[in-house]
Amino acid sequence: MPKTGAPVCSDCGWLETRTSADGRSLRFCVKHGMPRSAVDLLSAPCSDFKPLETTGVLPAQPPLPPPVRPLPEPPLFQPPDPDGFRRFLRDDKDFSLRSKLMDERQAVKRFIRTGDYIGFELYGTVRCPMSVVREIARRKIGGLRLMGQGLMDADFLIASGLVDEMDITYVGYEAYGLSPILRRAVEGGALKLAEWSNAAITWRMKAAAMGLPFLPARTMLGTDTLARSPAKTMKDPFTGMDLTLLPALVLDTAVIHVHRADKFGNCQIDGISGFAVEMSRACKRLIVSAEEIVDTEVFRRTPERTVIPYFLVDAVVPAPFGAHPGETCGVYRRDEPHIKAYLEATRSEEATKEYLDEFIHGVKDHAAYLKRVGAARLGKLKVRKNER
Amino acid sequence: MSAEKANATERLACTAARLMKGRTTVFIGTGVPMLAASLARALYAPSLIPVFEFGGVGSTLEKLPLAVGEHNSFRRGVAAMGICDVMEAAQRGVVRDGFLGGAQIDPYGNLNTTVIGPYDDPAVRLPGSGGANDVGSLCWRTIIIMKHERKRFVPKVDFLTTPGYLDGPGARERAGLPPETGPYRVVTDLAVFDFDPGSKRMRLIALNPGVTTERVAAETGFPFPIADRVTLNADPTPLELRTLRRKIDPDKVFL
Repeated sequence: MPKTGAPVCSDCGWLETRTSADGRSLRFCVKHGMPRSAVDLLSAPCSDFKPLETTGVLPAQPPLPPPVRPLPEPPLFQPPDPDGFRRFLRDDKDFSLRSKLMDERQAVKRFIRTGDYIGFELYGTVRCPMSVVREIARRKIGGLRLMGQGLMDADFLIASGLVDEMDITYVGYEAYGLSPILRRAVEGGALKLAEWSNAAITWRMKAAAMGLPFLPARTMLGTDTLARSPAKTMKDPFTGMDLTLLPALVLDTAVIHVHRADKFGNCQIDGISGFAVEMSRACKRLIVSAEEIVDTEVFRRTPERTVIPYFLVDAVVPAPFGAHPGETCGVYRRDEPHIKAYLEATRSEEATKEYLDEFIHGVKDHAAYLKRVGAARLGKLKVRKNER
Repeated sequence: MSAEKANATERLACTAARLMKGRTTVFIGTGVPMLAASLARALYAPSLIPVFEFGGVGSTLEKLPLAVGEHNSFRRGVAAMGICDVMEAAQRGVVRDGFLGGAQIDPYGNLNTTVIGPYDDPAVRLPGSGGANDVGSLCWRTIIIMKHERKRFVPKVDFLTTPGYLDGPGARERAGLPPETGPYRVVTDLAVFDFDPGSKRMRLIALNPGVTTERVAAETGFPFPIADRVTLNADPTPLELRTLRRKIDPDKVFL
């Protein structure tokens, strides 16, 4: 470990003090084996990063062939309609400053219908609105189309047979491996999929948030990910560059879990915000579930911290431990034993059903769920101030 | 404890950590890249700037992130942003090295994390691209970290999730991907490969101690050229192993 304050090669960071033959102490950039003083390290770093070798100037590129697509054409589950979205926001969205507080049962009943295109904002098990997900599974709202950077949320709904189509980016448990539920559904042919990357799906929502029909991007090109997605390609008329065109994605209903909200729907998120900004602006209806309901004064004091302003929001659902068994950064950690037990259960359809019966159908709402998990257990998951 | 031999994951993490230098921006995928970045940050590269796809930038990595969006991915970081900030930075050319894993790799460094078997009737459905395609498309250089097994090193990936050099020299540029990008190294628990500038195929450049070229060939499902000078990777040092086992991952989540 280099001592604090010792000069380090500002480029490669590899530096060590050695004594030379004549007894002088010199600093060496270890990588280059050269004695370097602190001064020349600062002025001329050793440039460890070298760009990749290229084979010289490439000849002019032939026009880009369309992606090789096995038939049939990959489905576009939610085609872009910027004018329809504008009219919806003009005619059907109520921007008044009113209390939108309700529990998850009322929110789901009012804002999620059979066949809707829905999505949850999350990253892995982090800040996933699980109380709302469980309510959707409890109500058995079927024929759903799902936007899928998903994990337990996607698992619950797929295992309950409620999802027909999915724009998938990633469904897996990182360190813990694959999702057996996704495997069974896809390998059994029960789920229609279109493939995307994480940036692509987020930029699709960004396009919708900007009121555009699509956004160009430089990702997914040349791959089967592109061939199995309904994205298109084109040559940029300005530079001649080949681009992916990502169709705007407007969700029927989006659900986002936040650290705190007021009754009107103003929201703050601590730490990284994932794709909350894009998603909250790319949906017709937005359900927010919040760890804590606070006074509007909290937002007026630091308005720059508002990630989602109230007029985007249709329902505010109080949900302490709303991401359990996942985590909410800085508030509580994920419940590792619960997740491990759940993953064990997902290996067979029967055990999955037992899990869903116990934690979804066996409890009437989020409060009852928390009681079932147990206050002592939840208390242990809390992140203390000095642990942040 | 340090007398114990290093296992495959520890070897991977140590070799990869030695590739993470200085003030470079590195895009960290899930799994071994997180271990490697934490080790590099602790031992070699205090000014490394780790970037995580959901918005964590410049974390000190004193605590090991277990997922790309969890608290430790931005704990004591310099910025906690969103996925667009990070991905757009990569598309602009800010992010230099991207570290990735995969289920299958082919000689051109193309990766598969989507399906094993035919897409319409898969034998195994894998998680999907996640941010991998974006990292492989947009970072200047991609460094791939994988366990070396014959079933993973295949002549052709079942599904091309993340672009390597696609089908050879110039293919990335023909597809429209940013020029001068692509895979840079493949780090395995047996060896290290670079990519031959002429053919853009994987080329053996370094072996781990005790590993022969024959063994690497036996564990690789395609022929590969061998560099004129094959170097020997140093064994993980006691300090590296101690740091990994005691400080970085004492709960053995990844190790």
